[in-house]
Amino acid sequence: MDNLDQLVASATSDFAAATEPAKLEDAKARYLGKEGSLTALLKGLGKLPAEERKTAGASINIAKQRIESALATRRDALKNAQLEVQLATEALDVTLPGRGQLRGSLHPVTISLDRIEQLFRSIGFDVADGPEIETDWHNFTALNTPENHPARSMHDTFYLQGEDGKVQDDVLLRTHTSPVQIRSMLAHTERYKHLQTMPELRVICPGRVYRVDSDATHSPMFHQVEGLWVGESVSFADLKGVVADFLRRFFESDDLKVRFRPSFFPFTEPSAEIDVAFMSGSLEGRWLEIAGCGMVHPNVLRCGGFDPEKYTGFAFGMGPDRLTMLRYSIPDLRLFFEGDLRFLSQFQ
Amino acid sequence: MQFSESWLRSLCNPALSTEELCHLLTMAGLEVEECRAVGADFSNVVVAEVLSVEKHPDADKLNLCSVNVGEPEPLQIVCGAPNVAAGMKVPCARVGARLPGIEIKKARVRGVESFGMLCSARELGLSDDHGGLLPLAADATVGEDIRRHLDLDDHLITLKLTPNRADCLSLLGIARELSALTGAPLLAPEIVPVAAVVADIREVVLDAPAACPRYCGRIVRGVNARVATPEWMKRRIERSGIRSISFLVDVTNYVMLELGQPLHAFDDAELSGAIHVRLPGPGEQLLLLNEQTVTPTADTALIADDAKPLAMAGIMGGEHSGINDATRDLFLESAFFPPAAIAGKARALGFSSDASHRYERGVDFELQRKAIERATQLIVDISGGRPGAVVEAVSAFHLPARRPVALRTARAVRVLGIPLGAERIEAILKGLGLALERKGDDFLVTPPSFRFDIEIEEDLIEEIARIYGYDNIPSPPPVALMSMMPVAETGRTPIALRRLVAERDYHEVVTYSFVEPAWETDFAANAAPIVLANPIASQMGVMRSSLIGGLVGNLVTNRKRQTERVRIFEQGRCFRREPGAGPVAGFAQPLRLAGLAAGSAVPEQWGAPADRVDFYDIKADVEALFAPRRLEFIPAEHPALHPGRCASVSCDGRPVGILGELHPRWVQKYELGAAPVIFELDLAALLETPFPQYVEVSRFPAVTRDLALVVPQSQTLAPLLAALRTAAPAVVRDVALFDVYQGKGLGESEKSLAFRIVMQDTQRTLEDAEVEVVVASLLAVARRDFNASLRG
Repeated sequence: MDNLDQLVASATSDFAAATEPAKLEDAKARYLGKEGSLTALLKGLGKLPAEERKTAGASINIAKQRIESALATRRDALKNAQLEVQLATEALDVTLPGRGQLRGSLHPVTISLDRIEQLFRSIGFDVADGPEIETDWHNFTALNTPENHPARSMHDTFYLQGEDGKVQDDVLLRTHTSPVQIRSMLAHTERYKHLQTMPELRVICPGRVYRVDSDATHSPMFHQVEGLWVGESVSFADLKGVVADFLRRFFESDDLKVRFRPSFFPFTEPSAEIDVAFMSGSLEGRWLEIAGCGMVHPNVLRCGGFDPEKYTGFAFGMGPDRLTMLRYSIPDLRLFFEGDLRFLSQFQ
Repeated sequence: MQFSESWLRSLCNPALSTEELCHLLTMAGLEVEECRAVGADFSNVVVAEVLSVEKHPDADKLNLCSVNVGEPEPLQIVCGAPNVAAGMKVPCARVGARLPGIEIKKARVRGVESFGMLCSARELGLSDDHGGLLPLAADATVGEDIRRHLDLDDHLITLKLTPNRADCLSLLGIARELSALTGAPLLAPEIVPVAAVVADIREVVLDAPAACPRYCGRIVRGVNARVATPEWMKRRIERSGIRSISFLVDVTNYVMLELGQPLHAFDDAELSGAIHVRLPGPGEQLLLLNEQTVTPTADTALIADDAKPLAMAGIMGGEHSGINDATRDLFLESAFFPPAAIAGKARALGFSSDASHRYERGVDFELQRKAIERATQLIVDISGGRPGAVVEAVSAFHLPARRPVALRTARAVRVLGIPLGAERIEAILKGLGLALERKGDDFLVTPPSFRFDIEIEEDLIEEIARIYGYDNIPSPPPVALMSMMPVAETGRTPIALRRLVAERDYHEVVTYSFVEPAWETDFAANAAPIVLANPIASQMGVMRSSLIGGLVGNLVTNRKRQTERVRIFEQGRCFRREPGAGPVAGFAQPLRLAGLAAGSAVPEQWGAPADRVDFYDIKADVEALFAPRRLEFIPAEHPALHPGRCASVSCDGRPVGILGELHPRWVQKYELGAAPVIFELDLAALLETPFPQYVEVSRFPAVTRDLALVVPQSQTLAPLLAALRTAAPAVVRDVALFDVYQGKGLGESEKSLAFRIVMQDTQRTLEDAEVEVVVASLLAVARRDFNASLRG
């Protein structure tokens, strides 16, 4: 059956010569169409003697399958080639920028506040908020700072003009977030006053505070975060543990040095200033004052509705502006309030 | 409080380096703010005597000096200082000396050899004075090392004292603390009463004993007011930051620095009759030493004689009764004024004095007699004089009480969280000089007269912690009962919201809460804002009632810095007076979130047109912030915004803010070029998020029909859409606008609004006929109520 092999070879070569689908279909017709050579061979089988018919038929069918297979292969090849062409023409400059809107940014201090909130929430602190025009009582008196107390001169307080044009002395712009301590304690003790033993109060209070002061390291408005934990057995050692842990987590630095140094605030006793020192970077080894803290003064606990014999607590106040400056090596506090987009957009 | 280290060491001298000393003080709560060496680091400078001065042969301004430095042969030194003179004693840097920036070598100056340099104060790093050579005392020992002669190895230490530690406003007080901390002995000056040698006294009358429970006065006759202050005294007070004025003034300052007792010296010749401590008469005035005439408030005690007021008690002396060079007879005052009588008074007058600073924090009320004796002794020794007897007036009833304070060891252990035994506590308290009685593990502690900060148990616990050392208290992770924090799904945190705004290409800014008054009138039509009584600057004079001013101000700033496209937001409080508002009565202080967008809608890019941002761009942002809640936008007027491009925003029928384009008037006034689009929203409303409501999802096919309605130009969308939605039967899942068309094919005053109506039932496939009925019914509503027609 040499002529069958020849036929297959010829079909395969004709298929290969067809460079587009239409020509391939023409070539197919020449072999497999109604008038095709292979079709003619099949038709001619009837003329053969019966004993030859069976073997000849089988051979022709094999040849037919081979031609069909060659056809399918060629069809795929042509389709692929066509796709290649299409893909080539559709190719993009993938280095062109993407289309659409960019993303804005959070203020760097907000990023710090967010981290502070997350860290304290992780050990069960709630987040509270309080007014910025505050009563003199909440800002000073309830915090064990009566009128004429020398500590009041530590705060250069902004006062408001009353509607009669005179200084209104019962309200002020809060000089710290500590008045939120009082508000939180009062709300807590009111809520749980029916209980023999009240649950612990754990809260942080971030917000804006105001003092009459303005230079490279002082802004008349800045941020503070107050923290408060009151319970039946909260100690100075706990205060050290929580604050030192926080600072190491905030700066993501296990080797951060933290030191507590005796200080004075009317609303805490014992009181401490907290200094940190980094073990690397441009500030390596320098002690930097970062927060004030202490055990809540019994008079303050009383103003908040707690019995200081039964409950003790600690409080701290820190400056997230300063924490942010240290974290990102920002040299000047004023950058935070100027709102230059070239600065702000760096904090995405 | 600034002082000289060597003075402190003369009173208590522990074996510590300067650095260790400073660390110890800092860690005990007496924070060392600054510590610097008195002189620069130099060597080989000695006391020299100028023997002769001749003109340099070749230079007009130079002299040739022969100088004795304590060696057999005098040295020849060329000197250009204008004040050089034969006989004077000056510092001389010898050959080989290293001064800041210079090394002294044998030199030829204009042909003449010079073997050293005579020095000014600046060359030794002592001051900026470079006017001439530093003159030394006439009795200085020639050849002595200048560092020893001027005590230049001393340091100036500045303490940042907290207001509770008034007892450390003196060298003696700091030395006492140092002694308690280290155990080194306290070498307090020995004070011996000076016997009276004249009979003259002035009677003292305490008319206001609450304001002055103790007053010691003494006459000293025949003093020499012109005598020079001894170098050692001058050096000590100057190194404590007080200028040397004259011997008599210096001596009062010296004793104040040494013991902590403010003293005042009157010219006795100016006084008549007895000394009274009394309250002022109505309208009574006094000219103070600082040349300020004051009318003291009714509760400000005065020192007066029989005829006139002399001084503001404990605050400042009067100009007319003060001492001067001609004073011969002194009247010395050493008094105790309690903190409550002095606190805040100097501040109210706009100044502070060394005396008022100490009195308002607390002066030892048993120190007055000692101090007057100490001062008398120094005066008599140095300037001569014949003292009279000390007259002491006391109102024991009005002296501060020192009540015993109970201290429980168990309480100290609980508050500090450290295991402390009663023995340890007892040792600490005794070391501090506190008198105590022990009963088992508890104590009764009586504070000394110099401590004004020990009244309750916690005050003692603080002392224990301080001496125990804060560093020695461990910092373990705290132990507490754990319970989960509530996490409400119907709310989000302000920070989560800020993130969402930032995701939409806004940059967060923080602007001042006090603003220019003009911003309030321009952007909030607020003619009566809350005014600050003491603003830092007039452009920060009033509290904002809207965040818009800050954002516009920020836009102006960024424009000046060549940033054209500005998209910013701020979250913060606004303030206005409102009767009945709380929690601070009369003040509403709502938190708001406001945004501003100016410049191109999207950042300039190759693939999008550079259209200017418009109302609808920002409306989409506002809608996204509230999504999935649906907002209503109602045409509105707002002082900051374009009246035709401004909407009030409502959510669930409640107004939650405004949105619009800045009014052209302000665009022009603030030179913004093109109008930014602004929104300002209530934060409380933004923080609410709805709890998801499950609605069955249909398995049957949805049918969509479009309905293009021709309506008059002036027809706003909202009422039409609302009417269609109301009229739609339950099978209508949604009616939404998908196109607005004006132009060809429509009349001049017409527009077409095209709606897509999606219908679907959860139980069955909708029939065509049914769908057509729904569409027809919606069209009928539009025709009837809005004069709409179907677009052909």
